[in-house]
Amino acid sequence: MISFDFEYYKPSTIIEAVKTFGSLSMQGKDPLYYSGGTEIISMARRDDIFTRAVIDIKGIPECNEFRVQTGKLVTGAALTLTQLEEANIFPLLGKAASKAADHTVRNKLTVGGNICGKIIFREAVLPFLLSDSQVVLAGKRGVRVVPINQAFNKTLQLEKGELLVQLLTETSYAHLPYISIKKTKLEKVDYPLVSIDALKKDNKIRIAFSGVCPFPFRSPKIEEDINNTQVPLELRISNAVSHLPAPISNNIEGSAEYREFVLRNTLSEIIKVFERS
Amino acid sequence: MLIYRSELKFSMEINVNGEIKSIITRQADTLLYVLREQLGLTGAKPGCENGDCGACTVLVDGWPVKSCLMLAVEAMGHKITTIEGLKDTPVQKAFIEKWAFQCGYCTPGFIINCYALSRIHPNANDEVIQEWLQSNLCRCTGYEEIKEAVKSVLSDNAYDL
Repeated sequence: MISFDFEYYKPSTIIEAVKTFGSLSMQGKDPLYYSGGTEIISMARRDDIFTRAVIDIKGIPECNEFRVQTGKLVTGAALTLTQLEEANIFPLLGKAASKAADHTVRNKLTVGGNICGKIIFREAVLPFLLSDSQVVLAGKRGVRVVPINQAFNKTLQLEKGELLVQLLTETSYAHLPYISIKKTKLEKVDYPLVSIDALKKDNKIRIAFSGVCPFPFRSPKIEEDINNTQVPLELRISNAVSHLPAPISNNIEGSAEYREFVLRNTLSEIIKVFERS
Repeated sequence: MLIYRSELKFSMEINVNGEIKSIITRQADTLLYVLREQLGLTGAKPGCENGDCGACTVLVDGWPVKSCLMLAVEAMGHKITTIEGLKDTPVQKAFIEKWAFQCGYCTPGFIINCYALSRIHPNANDEVIQEWLQSNLCRCTGYEEIKEAVKSVLSDNAYDL
């Protein structure tokens, strides 16, 4: 049971949502955009977050779009991970979506919530990073479209009151060879030790990580190391590991040493598969 | 725009098991809480109340959802089905025939999930069955019998879609 009360707003347009957020902020209600709500409800129940108002974005048509338009796949932020998985329009995205939580939770958990939430893994962002997608953000200054590799740095860099509306991905990425691997300590439904998505474009491996460090990332330097076929495989992997953007996570899911062991093996597995094909 | 501004309770209608029900709720109340405390539908069980155990699973427009992770206010405009709304379905019969329960606490959640699976993916393979069943926990560890029950229904192709 959630111990505190909050107001509930369900706008039907982007403008309504943004204006409502601004107005509620002015009233000191610390509003939250609410999509699937799975994280907000569980954190509110534990008193890990507090708000006086939630703004449910599921009534906004643009947030529910899932279609191809002029060569781009439009993915609305309020689509559930199950919708992405079942539609399988972008197989890597479907696979990445299927790695978060469990199947029933994914019937409610949305792609926008996964990317913008507080839980650090945000695995749904990896395919968008790999495919140089764009994010459509709406705020008090209007709508802006930004490359996700600029907008996402550890978290999605949103201005106060800004809303993730959609993600735009060139459809050509949907047909590229890909690998999506999640390794957990024991159970399949668990937070990852390492979760890695990779695809091959123009004969180069692109690779993005979750679980390795306390945030998801894609690193050009690591991709350079991985694709440097002039040096032996072991050295390519060591170079990649030496360029991680933060110390390897060390927590109850796994020690840093164990994670590094799993990471090295998984990288080896991915490189071998891609270079065999 | 739909607005529930008051911090006090408000009234709304929800469609549960094919009937329109009036409830009085807080915006912060979960669907699980309202089903049990307002409507007396105690089939959906509170377990972890954190989206982990699946004991509170209900159908929302035919899809299984953990009712502890859904606000009651979100149910407006959707069709909710609880275990009380299923009568003599092949999944329920299969659970009895295959002894797919022990203490029974997790059973409503499992049945709801398996029912949805049999409707949405009537030809589900082992991988899909495994994927769906991982959403529910049985502390008596009756997983094999539960899997047998759902597989028997799927192989019978008992539903006319």
